[in-house]
Amino acid sequence: MPIPHRRFDALILGAGGAGLNAALRLASADLRVAVVSKVFPTRSHTVAAQGGVNAALANVLPDNWHWHMFDTVKGSDYLGDQDAIEYMCREAIPTVYELEHAGVPFSRLDNGKIYQRAFGGQSQDFGGDQAARTCAAADRTGHAILHTLYQQNVRARSHFFDEYFGIDLIRDDEGVVIGALVLDIESGEPLVIESKATLIATGGYGQVFRTTTNAFINTGDGMAMALRAGVPLQDMEFYQFHPTGVAGKGMLITEGARGEGGFLVNGDGERFMERYAPRALDLASRDVVARSMVTEIREGRGAGPNKDHVLLKLDHLGAEVVHQRLPGITDICRVFLGIDPAKDAIPVFPTAHYAMGGIPTDPHARVVAPARHGPEEVVPGLYAAGECACVSVHGANRLGGNSLLDILVFGRAAGTDILRFVAENPNHRTMRDEHIEPALARMQRWERKGEGESVHAAKADLRKLMEDHCGVFRERETMAEGVDKLKALRDRIDGVRLQDHSKTFNTARIEALELDNLMDVGMATLMSALHREESRGAHSRVDFPQRDDEQWMKHSLYSREDDRMDFKPVRTKPLTVESFPPKARVY
Amino acid sequence: MSATDIEQDPQRLRWQCRRGMLELDLLLNGFLDAGYSDLSKQGRGDFVRLLAYQDQIIYDWLMGQSIPADAALRDLVGLIRAAMKR
Repeated sequence: MPIPHRRFDALILGAGGAGLNAALRLASADLRVAVVSKVFPTRSHTVAAQGGVNAALANVLPDNWHWHMFDTVKGSDYLGDQDAIEYMCREAIPTVYELEHAGVPFSRLDNGKIYQRAFGGQSQDFGGDQAARTCAAADRTGHAILHTLYQQNVRARSHFFDEYFGIDLIRDDEGVVIGALVLDIESGEPLVIESKATLIATGGYGQVFRTTTNAFINTGDGMAMALRAGVPLQDMEFYQFHPTGVAGKGMLITEGARGEGGFLVNGDGERFMERYAPRALDLASRDVVARSMVTEIREGRGAGPNKDHVLLKLDHLGAEVVHQRLPGITDICRVFLGIDPAKDAIPVFPTAHYAMGGIPTDPHARVVAPARHGPEEVVPGLYAAGECACVSVHGANRLGGNSLLDILVFGRAAGTDILRFVAENPNHRTMRDEHIEPALARMQRWERKGEGESVHAAKADLRKLMEDHCGVFRERETMAEGVDKLKALRDRIDGVRLQDHSKTFNTARIEALELDNLMDVGMATLMSALHREESRGAHSRVDFPQRDDEQWMKHSLYSREDDRMDFKPVRTKPLTVESFPPKARVY
Repeated sequence: MSATDIEQDPQRLRWQCRRGMLELDLLLNGFLDAGYSDLSKQGRGDFVRLLAYQDQIIYDWLMGQSIPADAALRDLVGLIRAAMKR
């Protein structure tokens, strides 16, 4: 039976903040927009962003986009592209006002202006006093933004394909992206969406690690689609971990717990941070605390029957302090562990939180890849924005309040550039069966019948492998061993079979397709981490503890073909101001 | 799609438990594995009704930060929290 086709001006894969902001811009300009989302749009992971959006509005303390830019470049450990960072920090201001006008209920000051709170890494006057730059809607900013954008899209008549799963991009003979093959989860039937421009906005991939704060949906679908379409992934070694996640579950226990006087002990009850950071102890920097925890476990001093975590103790603080100053932690412990943190120690393990790397783009959100004429040639018709993209504004490390900003600014930029692109390319290009063939083959691979390993077991092995070999403890031997194991697992996955081949609402099939994606982004992460022989931002190597600007102030690029690594220079020249040259990053 | 169809199809139900927050994924999927099958027909209908609420609202209920006005949902929230500790 022939596969049905639908035609739209623009196709947006993913319905979080980036996808919806792009869609809104396009639908408001009367383009026909398709938004594909594997879950109902307001169940996207943007909903979990509690912090806020940075913008130099200067409502509380003096501020300036140029200071915001300085902080972001410094925070990125000088790996961020300064043209993109300048663009983001300038655009932050109109972006927040636009959201305010769209109906996001930002918290207010008494004078009616948007309230702004201070966050780590924010300074006035290029590294001076603390700034207050983060706009928030109480502690549910992501939720407020997502719901506002969804409702505005419904008003603007964006066409939503809810509970459709993206299989792969479709490219023509000249390499132009002309749409995607998607799967209707409800019916199990494929659908071809033809588009003049396609935006990948599918979010992060925290599910590749065993312990993560990310929702189950964060499986790197769009990043893996880009890889399979021949686009490399950039800076995938840079992944943010928080030291204290609930062991075996992943939820964050905020740093406030240690700030209030909580401390970590190993399985022997020893306060082990005394050995690793005798002065700063449990308040040492995130990477030091996380690596110390994992070292204790690797050396057999973990807690619990499997010795696979350490303990965070708060019981000496007294019930009043714990329950009143740390209510969120109290709730998490009660609900998920059935314990009272004022009495019992909390089992903790470093938890994977945010990907700085992703699909390489320019500041217009156009996907760029190495080609004949240089390392950054535009892939025609293809855009990426949000956590799945690497523009790169976060470089080696992201500042708090800059991730919601990234999705909004570059979602909007994608919308603006797609308007231009579609005006210049008003006709659909010809799509032939052979263009769809590779995407169909990927789907049909999971129709193979017979005995085989389960998706569930292979996925659990992958997540454990990534945690053991590419988590917070990184050195050559461990990672090289990880690459060998991961290649073996990739071969094993070829033998994985589905036992349920039914069509309608076969979620096992979706999980199998997600496993393919996790496998690809996992390999990209591990290969990139193995190759970068320095410590910078979130990537810290035991065997190369220093930042090495001479050799390594460059972006890494992983290609799926032969698991190849390439590199390209950092764009150090901003749009209108002077460059910020690299300096030691001290706070 | 009617509520009855969702109640009777375990895969469909599981997909409705895929949410934007890890906490909800763990609590709702955990309950599907250890608790949902013990519910009466009425209780299963209530669970499907709960899933139709916004993530942030379900989160507030399950984490004990607010309480549903609807008595049936209030009971269900208690059961979901209890199933997590099992």
